[in-house]
Amino acid sequence: MAVSLAFHIVFAVIGIAMPVLMVLAERRWLRTRDPVYLDLAKRWARGTAILFAVGAVSGTVLSFELGLLWPRFMELAGPIIGMPFSLEGFAFFTEAIFLGVYLYGWDKVSPPAHLLAGVLVAISGAASGIFVVIANAWMNTPVGFTLANGALTNIDPLAAMATPAALPQALHMTLAAYAATGLGVAGIHAFLLLRNRTSAFHRAALAIGLLVGAPAAVLQPITGDFAARYVARRQPVKLAAMEALYETRAGAPLTVGPGIKIPYGLSLLAFHDPHAVVMGLDSVPRDEWPNVPLVHLSFDVMVALGSYMALVGLWAAWLAVRKRDLTTRRRFLRAVAIAAPCGFIAIEAGWMVTELGRQPWVIFGVLKTADAVTPMPGLIVPFTAITLLYCGLAVIVGRLLYRQIVRSPA
Amino acid sequence: MLALPDVLAAIILVALTAYVLFGGADFGGGAWDLLASGPRRTQQRDLIAHAIGPVWEANHVWLILAIVLLFTCFPKAFATIAISLHIPLTLMLIGIVLRGSAFVFQSYGGGGGRVFATASLVTPVLLGMCVGAVASGAVGTQGAGSREPFYQAYIGPWLTPFGFAVGLFALACFAFLAAVYLTLEARDAALQEDFRHRAIAAGAAVFAMAVIGLALFPQAPPVNDRVVALTAAAAIGAFWSLWRRRYRLARVAAAGEVTLILLGWGLAQHPYVLPPDLTIAGAAAPRITLELALIAVLGGAVVLFPSLYYLFKVFKAR
Repeated sequence: MAVSLAFHIVFAVIGIAMPVLMVLAERRWLRTRDPVYLDLAKRWARGTAILFAVGAVSGTVLSFELGLLWPRFMELAGPIIGMPFSLEGFAFFTEAIFLGVYLYGWDKVSPPAHLLAGVLVAISGAASGIFVVIANAWMNTPVGFTLANGALTNIDPLAAMATPAALPQALHMTLAAYAATGLGVAGIHAFLLLRNRTSAFHRAALAIGLLVGAPAAVLQPITGDFAARYVARRQPVKLAAMEALYETRAGAPLTVGPGIKIPYGLSLLAFHDPHAVVMGLDSVPRDEWPNVPLVHLSFDVMVALGSYMALVGLWAAWLAVRKRDLTTRRRFLRAVAIAAPCGFIAIEAGWMVTELGRQPWVIFGVLKTADAVTPMPGLIVPFTAITLLYCGLAVIVGRLLYRQIVRSPA
Repeated sequence: MLALPDVLAAIILVALTAYVLFGGADFGGGAWDLLASGPRRTQQRDLIAHAIGPVWEANHVWLILAIVLLFTCFPKAFATIAISLHIPLTLMLIGIVLRGSAFVFQSYGGGGGRVFATASLVTPVLLGMCVGAVASGAVGTQGAGSREPFYQAYIGPWLTPFGFAVGLFALACFAFLAAVYLTLEARDAALQEDFRHRAIAAGAAVFAMAVIGLALFPQAPPVNDRVVALTAAAAIGAFWSLWRRRYRLARVAAAGEVTLILLGWGLAQHPYVLPPDLTIAGAAAPRITLELALIAVLGGAVVLFPSLYYLFKVFKAR
């Protein structure tokens, strides 16, 4: 499950943000009639197509796998969180339909209709991502039911969708998609610009990538703070693991890296009050602790990479405000190129924080992962098979994306 | 007045039917890709790729919709299926992944045509075997998660002659649908003839597998005579119109035939979602969930059908 999700999240994230790049490029093409933009729009559309297809099949795998691996989870939770999944299904449908129109309809529908199809792809892509994150948010802060004898009764699926973690998680994840993909694209083209300074193609791609990625990267720390404060209130154990805080205390310090502590930092961050009491891991029994070192490390990785990306975003904004040519500054280009993989690593790390930080629970406080898992023995076999399959897929997708999108036009 | 659980079960059957009619045909197209032969081999493959390209992803979502509705509305049935049929479902998923990604890689110059075609052949068989396992009552009688030996609990329910017959039947249906649709996609007469012959052969295979499947069914098959009669009529209509080269009529008849087959399956199982014991009402989620799911489906349909209509109007105008 974890492996499929780890791959799916990357495919999905690019699938959410790439249509935005593609639509922006097409709009510039319609405005300027500069063929570079048409070329870009077509390339990004191909990229979207490849990733959407892979995302579609890996999404199918996931919708089954939830049940194949955690049948008890689905039996318990299906009636409550089926709602966002159903809505996601429709959003996904819309995305599939209009992507078909966009890809194969360049000369079958009018230019405005074509652009509109692209916009619909981008909107429904973001919507389907948000619905899935809502389902995940419910696993973190389950509401909308009464727990009686291990069964969920009095369920209210709408209240479940309005789970407190939904808004911060959805904001944080959607921005992450734009930041990672935008800066990812910008970074690759920055790297190529460093080698080939005159290519109009790479300059245009860099500009659009930054336009999407930089604002998202700058805003991301704000939504991160928002999300962390929810975690502090709703899942104190997760926060304690994120910060490796073993003892409950007031005025808790912030641990950054081994041995460096900022006094009052954690209380200040989590509750915006230097003297606030932060729950430590000692507040729950030892067997309800997540894997603390891993969660803490993942969290620090995410924050570090996210901060770097925000700084790059600010730098880009500052250069743009002063109307400097972004594409000739080698130091800036180098910084953007380094940011290219950062977003994706940060997303994987952030996903590990939210998922591992919830362990041993699959539904926080309700159902433990060990009780949800299928009774079938020998799970290692399908697990290995699916892992190998995804690794193979990732290699081929990478190769195709390079050939279709990145390589300079002949 | 129909009970709410029955309505949702019917919607799931409709989604599955749509998956078979559209997505199934895409799998069938893959099968014909593998079996492409004769002097127009390349043109056959090109036609298939051209026909599938714009629509296969949208077609595929029907399956996701059916599964999502199943676990939302009938969580107990979903959990039981997911445990007993873990192995064929996982294999089917691998088939789906390979088929879909190989098709995309092929379209974007990454090779993989053979993988696409082979996966198209294997996946429908596995899907059919899962359906067969449910229909025969083998999944329902398995106390999911009980302490039975591995073979009995996880392999026995689906690896049966009947399951295999349903698997091949599904493949024959998909190939039949694909061939019939492709007679309309083909622009030149020779290519059209190729697929006409294939459609007739596949239609015969559908008939043969139906007879074998019914003969292998563990009990006396609880079929609805009226639906069987209608199915037979549709089948004869499909053969006749293929014979007379009335392709548009053939498409309607073939789609009708397959729809009636699925309807027959649904009626034969009713009121059970997993025969012989688990009823639709017994597996249903609380009422509020069902109501909301119904609203979501209706709301979704308002967005979905115009969009689908537009998609097919742009690409499948003929």
